[in-house]
Parts: sequence; C-alpha cells; structure tokens
Amino acid sequence: MPSRTEGARSDRSGSTRRQFLLGGAVAGVGAVAAIGADYALNRQDADATTPSPPMNGEETVPFFGTHQAGIDTAAQAHGLFLALDLLDSTDREGLTRLLRILTDDAARLTQGKAALADSEPELATAPARLTITFGFGPRLVARAAASGPAWLAPLPAFSIDRLQPEFSDGDLLLQIAADDPLTVAHAARMLMKDARSFASLRWSQQGFRRAYGTERPGTTMRNLFGQVDGTANPQPGTTEFDGVVWAADGWLAGGTGMVVRRIRMDLDKWDRLDRSGREASVGRTLAKGAPLTGTKESDEPDFDATTAVGFPVIPQFAHMRRARGDDGEKIFRRAYNYDERPVGEGVSESGLIFVSFQADIGRQYTPMQQRLADLDLLNEWTTPIGSAVFAIPPGCGEGGFIGETLLAVTS
Amino acid sequence: MNTPTKNISRLTALVAVSLLALTGCATAAEPAKTAPAGDSVTIADGWVKATDEDMSAAFGTLTNSGSSDVTVVSAETDVAGMVELHETVENEAGEMIMREIEGGFSIPADGSLLLEPGADHIMLMGLTGPLTAGDEVTVTLTFSDDSTYEFTAPVKDYSGANETYEEGDEHEGMDH
Repeated sequence: MPSRTEGARSDRSGSTRRQFLLGGAVAGVGAVAAIGADYALNRQDADATTPSPPMNGEETVPFFGTHQAGIDTAAQAHGLFLALDLLDSTDREGLTRLLRILTDDAARLTQGKAALADSEPELATAPARLTITFGFGPRLVARAAASGPAWLAPLPAFSIDRLQPEFSDGDLLLQIAADDPLTVAHAARMLMKDARSFASLRWSQQGFRRAYGTERPGTTMRNLFGQVDGTANPQPGTTEFDGVVWAADGWLAGGTGMVVRRIRMDLDKWDRLDRSGREASVGRTLAKGAPLTGTKESDEPDFDATTAVGFPVIPQFAHMRRARGDDGEKIFRRAYNYDERPVGEGVSESGLIFVSFQADIGRQYTPMQQRLADLDLLNEWTTPIGSAVFAIPPGCGEGGFIGETLLAVTS
Repeated sequence: MNTPTKNISRLTALVAVSLLALTGCATAAEPAKTAPAGDSVTIADGWVKATDEDMSAAFGTLTNSGSSDVTVVSAETDVAGMVELHETVENEAGEMIMREIEGGFSIPADGSLLLEPGADHIMLMGLTGPLTAGDEVTVTLTFSDDSTYEFTAPVKDYSGANETYEEGDEHEGMDH
C-alpha cells in the first residue's frame, strides 16, 4: 500500500491502485451484502406469507344473537357498570328511541367500528373482546307499561347490609367490559353521550381482573383478599349453565336476572387474621382454592369430614358451606375487583363488585344470600355497601334492538 | 442466466401476446349502457344531527358502485324547508366556514364521498320542527341525470358540526 505522503503527491496512480484494491474488497463485501440482502428479503417474503397471530385488540365477541353477550363470555380484564335513571320526560316512546340508539352504538363498537356520530372514531378500532350488556330495573319496566318477574325489585334487606343509595338500584344498567381499558372508556363515553337526553347517571362501578395475557384463560380469578374466587361456577356452554342462567318465560325468555352488589373489604382487619383463619373463613386453601378436605381446586368439598378431635374440617360458619344450597340454588358468578382512592387515613378502599346471573333471583339467589347474612364468618371482613337487581333482556338480531321484546308486550 | 437470444424471443412473444389481447378487447367490447346515477349510489352510516334550532345536517358515506362518475345536484326532505349541499373551507380570516358547493357533490366511479362534520355535508335549513335523538329522517338526493336516491338516517345527539355558515348571494348568513 502506498504511504500517505506518496499517495498525496502522486494521488492519481496511488489512489487508482488503492481504489482497485479497496474496490475489489468492496465488491467482495458488496457481493456478500447483496447475497445477505437477497436472503433476508426472501425470508421476509416467506414470513409474510405466514400470517402473524392477531393482536387481542382485534378480537371481537358477536353482538347479535339469542342471548346478549357479556354473560357467557369469558370475563374480560376490565369491567365498568353504569346504572342510569330515566328522566321524567322519557316516556315509553322515548325509551324505545333510547334503546335503539344504544343498541346501534353497541353493535358497532363491539365489532371494532366507530358508532354513528363518534367524535373519536380511532378509539373504536381495538375492540379487545368488548361486550356491552343492557339490564332493566323495575322502574324502566314500569315505564314500558309492562310487568316484570316477581324478583325484579330491590333484594330484601339483610342484616349485614350497609347500603349506600349511591351504589344501589337504577333503571338502566350498562355492563361494559373489554380486555382494554381505553376501549371501555370510549364505549362508556359514547353510550353516556347518547343517553344524556333520556337518562342521568345514577352510579358507576369500575372493576378489574387479571390483564389479558397474565394468566392462562380459564384460571379462576383472585379477589383482593387473595382468595381464589369463583370455583364452583357453572361452565358456559354446558346444559347446567343454561339451566341456571337463561330465563324461559315472557319477554325475558333468552335473558336472565342480574344481581350487582358492592362488597367492601376491610383489608386492615383482614391483615390481623392469620393464614389458617383466612382459609377457615371460606373453607378453601389460599394456595389453590382447594376445599380444606381436598387437594385440587376442582375437588368436591366433604362437608362431613371431621378433624381428629371431631370438629368439622370445613367449619360450620365457613362461607362455602353457608353458601352451598341444593341444586335449585345455583348461580353464575362474574365478579370484578375494585380498588378506589382511599378515604381519610385509610390505605385502601377495595372490595368486590359481586355480579351473578341466574334465571330466577328469588329462587336461586335470595335464599343463599339470606343464609350468608344469618351466618358467614366472612362477614367479619366484608360489608355490602351497594345492591341492585336488573332484568337482562334477551339478545336481538340485526335491525332489532335490545328491549324489543319488553316494548312489544303492550304495543 | 438467460442468453441474449432467449431474451429477445421472449420479448417478442410478450409483445405479440399483448397485441393480440388488445385486438381482442377492441373487437369484443361494446360501450356499456350507463345505469341511472340513483341506482348506483348507496349511503352507509348515515346520520343527522339533533337540534332544537333552525338548521341541521346529514352525514354518511355515499358510495358509487357504477362505472361512471355521478354528481348529486340537489336534495330534499320533509323535515326541512330548504336543503343545500355544503362544503367546509377556510375563509380569508383563517376560520373554517361552510357554504354551498359549486356544481354539487361529485362521486367518482367505483368510489365514495364522505359527508362528515367539518367537511362536505347535506345542510338542512328551515326545519319544520326539532330533530330529536332517535327520530328518523328521509332524504332524497337528485343527480345530474335527474335520477334520484332516497335514504333514511337516524338522528343523533352531537356537539360538534357548528361551523359558521357563509352565505352565497341569495341567502342570509346564520350562525348555529
């Protein structure tokens, strides 16, 4: 290689030779690079033909059908419950217009499409398994000049209740749930804007479960006590589930009944309870949610088993024993945790938005709740502070609207 | 690697095939009868803004599935005494204003026209009564070939779509 000085003085010949050498080297590198690029491009093309797995944000749950979605749908990560009260000016005809508009909004948003007059259409494009489920309180049914099932009324007062009107009752329920919180927020705003001329917001309860992707689908959720919550639950898609949940009579056929109770947890008091006490309060282990008489979560509890000393393994006052009724008292639970800003000097303001679906609340839910109110050790750490009952109407087809069976009754 | 001779003969074959194809087109085709514009146009996602006042607007996506461009020249509806086709433009002061569009709405063949707040829309003026969320409004569009298309759209609450109307010579200016 020529020296630098030499190259500078006789640069043309020197550079030519250098260029030749370098050029050859560059050509060599270039050739390798070209082959590499070609290989990479071909690989890219090959990958482009195998589709990448869809993002969960693109997943949709069908809106139209015999039943409303959001009941047998696998529970999404975020759940928002809005209870609205109809304005006095909303008559039966206004109620029909309201339900048509909200149905149209829900049918679009749940499929990842902007609603009509949606001022943030970009927020509608990731449905993330959005479901929007409508429920009717007793006053809405009366406004429709119809009558509802006997259980469509506030639950009887239970001794454990410390109900706040701000979390109780309501004319129209919107259950808005999705795996993505932005999706839920946008859907809620769109529905509330469209409801504004017809109804006002009575209460709002926001809850959460595990984020999508944190656990295997089908894993029973945990509540903020740390307990596995919801083990003995009928499985969607089974005849047991259908029998427990779906109503069969009148305008409610294909719908169900819904109980929404806000259960406040005293976590500071729970802190003072040791692990075995915690397990005794429900009758299940904390590690796996197995009954104290078993080893797997799915084991059937043995209520007759006793300890060496003769006490029942699952205490008489354990929540699970007290809740267990006969086959006529099954419910389908679909709860959400809540965790709000603490009040005063508290560290937490947390609990469970208890939600259950059952065809006949009076027969399936109320006797069990009465037993729990009478005796349930878990009551030491929980307080119901809100309670509401709704009739969940059946689904509808395209061109129809949720509530059409109710409004067809007297027309 | 292909030899030069192979390349040339390939090219010739390609040109020959192309010529044949073109010739085929020329002899086989006849000019198609143009369908009435009103039969080729549909609206999707139509809606009308609710109001207690004198003016409102209709929005939606107009799609022309025909093979020729079409032009909407006018519109009418029972709920409004007067209907205009509007565009939204920036005036000299830099404000967005709406005004009647010259020549109507042109929708290209096999294309769409989006009517939305802040852009082109169908202006409903001299309303016969309030438009309330959940009502339905029927609008009839007339095209340059005198054909018509009728659609029905729901009324929805909406806070936007408040551009200032700048009048042409025949109308009074109004804010809404």
